[in-house]
Amino acid sequence: MIDRSLIGRRSELELHEVERGAIRRFAAAIGDETPLHRQGEIAPPTFPTTLRGEIPGLELDKKRILHAGEEYRYRRPLRAGDVLRVVRRVEDVYEKRGSLGPMTFIVLAAEGRDPSGEIVYESRTTIIYRQEAEV
Amino acid sequence: MRSLPQAGEEIPRLEKEPIGKLQLLHYAGASGDDNLIHVDVETARAAALPGVIAHGMLSMGFLGQLLTDWAGAGAVRSIAVRFSRMVRLGDRLGCRGVVREVREEAGGALIRLLVYAENQEGQRVTEGDAEVFLRD
Repeated sequence: MIDRSLIGRRSELELHEVERGAIRRFAAAIGDETPLHRQGEIAPPTFPTTLRGEIPGLELDKKRILHAGEEYRYRRPLRAGDVLRVVRRVEDVYEKRGSLGPMTFIVLAAEGRDPSGEIVYESRTTIIYRQEAEV
Repeated sequence: MRSLPQAGEEIPRLEKEPIGKLQLLHYAGASGDDNLIHVDVETARAAALPGVIAHGMLSMGFLGQLLTDWAGAGAVRSIAVRFSRMVRLGDRLGCRGVVREVREEAGGALIRLLVYAENQEGQRVTEGDAEVFLRD
């Protein structure tokens, strides 16, 4: 059941290493020719989308998910070799009435810190969770 | 030292190639988004979609490229978008950025921009705001 009782749920602490090859593949998939991206030195701005994880208790059916919005804020760029400590959380759950009936919005936030605890980036993902498809 | 842009100025446009199946497959792999609505037409139809749709995040990636092509790798301080319209297989996106505000700070200037991607019909598919830091 997706409702407001999920607000505040958190992931475990995740450790992610920013890998040079992952930066390269990500830049190549976008078609981004910036040399520092293609060499895997500096990650493109939307790279944190690759640092995936789960929030216990939040189980979503992928076919019902529509991505409504995404936000990244940086204190500094991500670089190859960075080790990030990421925690994600359910920031909000709310209903809105749309043309196709009620829609559930879920806002997921994440923050990545360096090993000394300084914030490197923050992200916010808004998804629309559609009603069960009519059969 | 470069001269600072002015509010209202448009930054150089980025015109992307049409989005093909291979790009969606590569983006799925590189991003870790394995939702099959982006690569498999049967799954897309079962989800009541007209066909395979592109990852919204791919269009946001294009907007990231628009900004770093202009300001350089590592210059983006923030980017926030909403995905207002689906991007379909074969769509050709053009990315635009317009300077909204220029604030001089120690060592450079923080530039706020409106950014958006539009499809070949001129419809905005992804739009939002960004901040980049231009060093002196």
